[in-house]
Amino acid sequence: MKVNMTWLNTYLDNQLDLAGEAVQDLAETIERNSVEVDSVSTLAGQQDGLVVAQVESTQGHPDSDHLTIAQLDIGNGQKVQIVTGAPNIATGQLVILAQVGAHIIDRESGDLVEIKAVNLRGQQSAGMVVALQEIGFTNQIAPKDFEAGIYVFDPKSGVQPGDDALEKLGMYEPVIDTDLTPNRADLLSMVGSAYELGAILDFKTTLPSFKLTEQADIQANDLVGAQIDEDDLLSDYGLRVVTDLQVGDSPLWLQRCLWNAGIRPINNVVDTTNYLMLLYGQPLHAYDLDKLPDQKLTVRLAKEGEKLTTLDQENRDLRPGQDIVIASAGQPLMLAGVMGGTAAEVDENTHRIVLESARFNPTLIRATARRHNLHSQAASRFERGINPDQIFTVLDHAASLAAELGQGQVTADQVIGAKTPYQAPEISITTQRINQILGTDLATKTVASIFDRLNLPYKLDQDQFVVKVPGRRTDLRIPADLIEEVARLNGYDNLPATLLTGETTPGQLTHRQRQIRASRHIMESLGLNQAISYALTTPEKASRFAEEDEKGQDLLTLDYPMSSDRTTARQNLLSGLLDDVAYNVARSVTDVALYEQGRIFLNEQPGKQPLELEHLAGVLTGSLQHSTWQDQKNEKAVDFYDLKGIVSTYLTEIGVENVAFRATDRLAAMHPGQTADLYQGDTYLGFIGQIHPRILQEAKLPTVFGFELNLEAIMQVAQGQVDYQPISRFPKITRDLALLVDEQISNQAVEDVITHAAGPCLVNTTVFDVYTGDSLPAGKKSLAYELTYQDRETTLKESTVNEDFDRVIKALEKQLQATVR
Amino acid sequence: MTLVDDLKALRQQAQEHIEDRNADLEQLRIEYLGRKGQLTKLLKGMKDVPAADRKTVGQVGNEVREFIANTLAERQKQKAAAELDRQLAAETIDVTLPGSSPIQGQTHVLQQIMDEIESHFLGMGFQVIDDPVDSPEVETDEYNFERENLPKDHPARDMQDTFYVTPEILLRTQTSPVQSRVLEKHDFSKGPLKMIAPGKVYRRDTDDATHSHQFHQVEGLVVGENVTMADLKGTLLSIMQELFGEKHQIRLRPSYFPFTEPSVEVDVSWDEVTPDTKPEDIRWIEVLGAGMTHPNVLKMDGVDPEKYSAFAFGLGPDRFAMLKYGVEDIRQFYLNDVRFLSQFNRKGN
Repeated sequence: MKVNMTWLNTYLDNQLDLAGEAVQDLAETIERNSVEVDSVSTLAGQQDGLVVAQVESTQGHPDSDHLTIAQLDIGNGQKVQIVTGAPNIATGQLVILAQVGAHIIDRESGDLVEIKAVNLRGQQSAGMVVALQEIGFTNQIAPKDFEAGIYVFDPKSGVQPGDDALEKLGMYEPVIDTDLTPNRADLLSMVGSAYELGAILDFKTTLPSFKLTEQADIQANDLVGAQIDEDDLLSDYGLRVVTDLQVGDSPLWLQRCLWNAGIRPINNVVDTTNYLMLLYGQPLHAYDLDKLPDQKLTVRLAKEGEKLTTLDQENRDLRPGQDIVIASAGQPLMLAGVMGGTAAEVDENTHRIVLESARFNPTLIRATARRHNLHSQAASRFERGINPDQIFTVLDHAASLAAELGQGQVTADQVIGAKTPYQAPEISITTQRINQILGTDLATKTVASIFDRLNLPYKLDQDQFVVKVPGRRTDLRIPADLIEEVARLNGYDNLPATLLTGETTPGQLTHRQRQIRASRHIMESLGLNQAISYALTTPEKASRFAEEDEKGQDLLTLDYPMSSDRTTARQNLLSGLLDDVAYNVARSVTDVALYEQGRIFLNEQPGKQPLELEHLAGVLTGSLQHSTWQDQKNEKAVDFYDLKGIVSTYLTEIGVENVAFRATDRLAAMHPGQTADLYQGDTYLGFIGQIHPRILQEAKLPTVFGFELNLEAIMQVAQGQVDYQPISRFPKITRDLALLVDEQISNQAVEDVITHAAGPCLVNTTVFDVYTGDSLPAGKKSLAYELTYQDRETTLKESTVNEDFDRVIKALEKQLQATVR
Repeated sequence: MTLVDDLKALRQQAQEHIEDRNADLEQLRIEYLGRKGQLTKLLKGMKDVPAADRKTVGQVGNEVREFIANTLAERQKQKAAAELDRQLAAETIDVTLPGSSPIQGQTHVLQQIMDEIESHFLGMGFQVIDDPVDSPEVETDEYNFERENLPKDHPARDMQDTFYVTPEILLRTQTSPVQSRVLEKHDFSKGPLKMIAPGKVYRRDTDDATHSHQFHQVEGLVVGENVTMADLKGTLLSIMQELFGEKHQIRLRPSYFPFTEPSVEVDVSWDEVTPDTKPEDIRWIEVLGAGMTHPNVLKMDGVDPEKYSAFAFGLGPDRFAMLKYGVEDIRQFYLNDVRFLSQFNRKGN
């Protein structure tokens, strides 16, 4: 709320220092003890040189149809001549003159500009007569449209030629705009703000007062009635009637209060309701009694097909059974607690008004405000919860003020539709408990002084407080709320900073957490950068790496997404990584090595939470080597085996041994000849391969290799224990083996035969050459292996090795029809 | 000339030959010391030496042999050293040419911040909760909101726009629900609960430089007997000094969250604060929200708020990373531009 500090001072016995920097300090104090401050400002800003001037005479410009030459009295016997295009200038008016040398805010650009003496078609103009919009007012707060012309002071406002116009308009009054949290409804009022600042600064607060004179011979009840259709629409509802009114502009003092608070002055009736809303936080509404179709106001829920034109000129379809309306003779007049309608609007011809003060159901008001996107000043107050203890007092004040400003008569009595007397709840708390929660050592008298400053009445017995919560602070409900009041007013800077004491607890990661962290570290040591991609994607990408007949299954889809790119929770990490690759490639970053560890989502039981699984995925494209000047290490495009090496090393290091890579073409998103499923025993771990060229082409990507591993499965089968073997003292013997086999026979098949046929002394088999070419028979390829033999216990005999090697060769010849070359 | 004189002359001559810089040392060894060499030849004259002198002459002969052998060896060593010097000189390379670095992957900057937070709290005896069972990213309305003291029509729900899947299932908007999931299972006979919960959270927001529909939080919770707000302040001061540096200070300001009471916003000083720093010169940056866990929340999790007290805080790794490195666009964290990721490569800080 925009809190005008000059106005606030009216209600404080000690005056706030508002000179210069002091306002900034005050804002800082508010932030430290109360609520956040959005801004500290004045309407005047950097403007100066604006004086009140009286128009002594006007005459038409001899060379222009629309310009007027005016002689102005600017006080102290000084006169100036100006030329103006204002249509409404007239002799006798008190206007605002921006003198030569004045600085004003340009309406279009918002920049500060200096006024210069000018010659307008042969006539000197020593300054400029301005509208409020030309000195920093927006259309939202200026009382009249810019097109209506220059601002003219009300002759009754008491301003004199020569007065500082900015001061008379209240534009130097400092305004602190507070950013309220939902609990502090009390700070949406000047009274509440006065109590709050009074509490912070230990100043006494004086409530506004008024005098109500009723016209005894006319009863309000005879002019208007109130009917409440359902109990849960509201708790309190009161009306008052003011008659014989003259509607017109409000006095300057009132207008100043409104525009400094960001509200546009309209007329003395509407301004009365807005002024008192600002003052007390109680929204009010005024109806033109003579525009009511029937002399009864009914509070009810909207009916099917009802429409209402609200004061912002919007035609609104009302939500039957949900929006609260005030109706008369079946016609909705107002969206209760949110915004009035045009039908019974108060205008310059109004003479009799009905003032309404109520407390509507906050939940219903909140829903209506959201539904109609109408977050009005009234709605924001009702939603948060208004003071239940002043509804009818404010109604009286409103009637009194409206009558005073419009020289009207207040009829006798209030019309009460509903009334729920306020029962102040009591909260008990001890000093000991406060200190126990805060970790402080406050004395009971310190706590008592804080409650005193807050104007919270209490009874004290030993160190036990029983606090009676006033209506303006219904946010205080439980002891913890009072602890907060003590904490913030004692000042958080005075709160000690201690470290946790008591029982120590071991802080350590679980095995699972260590495995996940190790997985990340291994990936990084193998050269992959960690990526964190978006978990929301399109349905296609979400299940892109599922088998064809499983695509679109178990998708978790948002009910109301923000954009079509982010509608569905991912079922793989690869799609996100491919988006990342595309982003890089589009920016000419061609070497990309990324991995991601994160959740995938399987919505197996819609309506319940999905299954969330940790996955680990990676992509490679471009080259792994950075460009080098050494020929022999030149850049080489990554291939399947680069990625397989990374995945294999990862699996070894995380403790998954004996992983089988089985060629597969089951995934439509992967290259059918360059993809493998990974298994350990019967446990499926994931897949690796080239992304299908069709997908790459669609995304305008070069060749990309990727893998997607189910980290949950890997953690299941990983063996953490290192199986240490002493280093053998006995020499190794190696044998080379070159084979000619059919092209379809895989390395895995050959190695399987070797391992199976060989005895226990074969410790390693390494393929060191793969060759296919013209020099070989068609359909054949050549594979060369180095077999390493070693005995841990003794020196191997040549004959043992030869025997074993022969057995291996025979097995290869027999089982794979291999020819030894 | 006696044989002794001949031997001495031979020694003189051999020395001169060996020291000649062009000498072929192997050739000279054969020439002087070989079976048919000059020394052997001279010593054949021994048979003509009178028996009485033979011993003396023999000694001289041995001395000369030894001298020549040593001189040869010495010279050999010198030549080998010179040869090595020449060879090494020929192998000189330009050490200013670039090296071939093995490629090194980097930890994502957000992960780095979360790792730092995690290691700090592990050191303080906290558990880390980040598994799908206790920290699901897809939550129920009950845990995400209602158990956090945010019933369905609570005004504070406006503060968080939510991605719903069904009216009861949603993408979590905060890591706070982890508190309830862990707390309701906690056995206080085994001591107080101290935990952090790092993870992804989601808000129904349009992505721009300062908003992201996906970001990270690290929730913290301590529940025990006599846990105080002063402990909260001390705990937050320590983590902020860990992240921003020891000389940074924090300030607490009143705030409002439905799940804590009292609630505070916490600011950290942008610059270091020394005893000479004037309070009005400190620039404060809002970094997190915290507070004493609301008694309703404790009750809903089956904890007696009269017996136990608790504090909770929510850290924002994305915001910390933006502040720490001056990253101006939050989307950078999720686009994974290699030129962005690879910059965060300093270890051991």
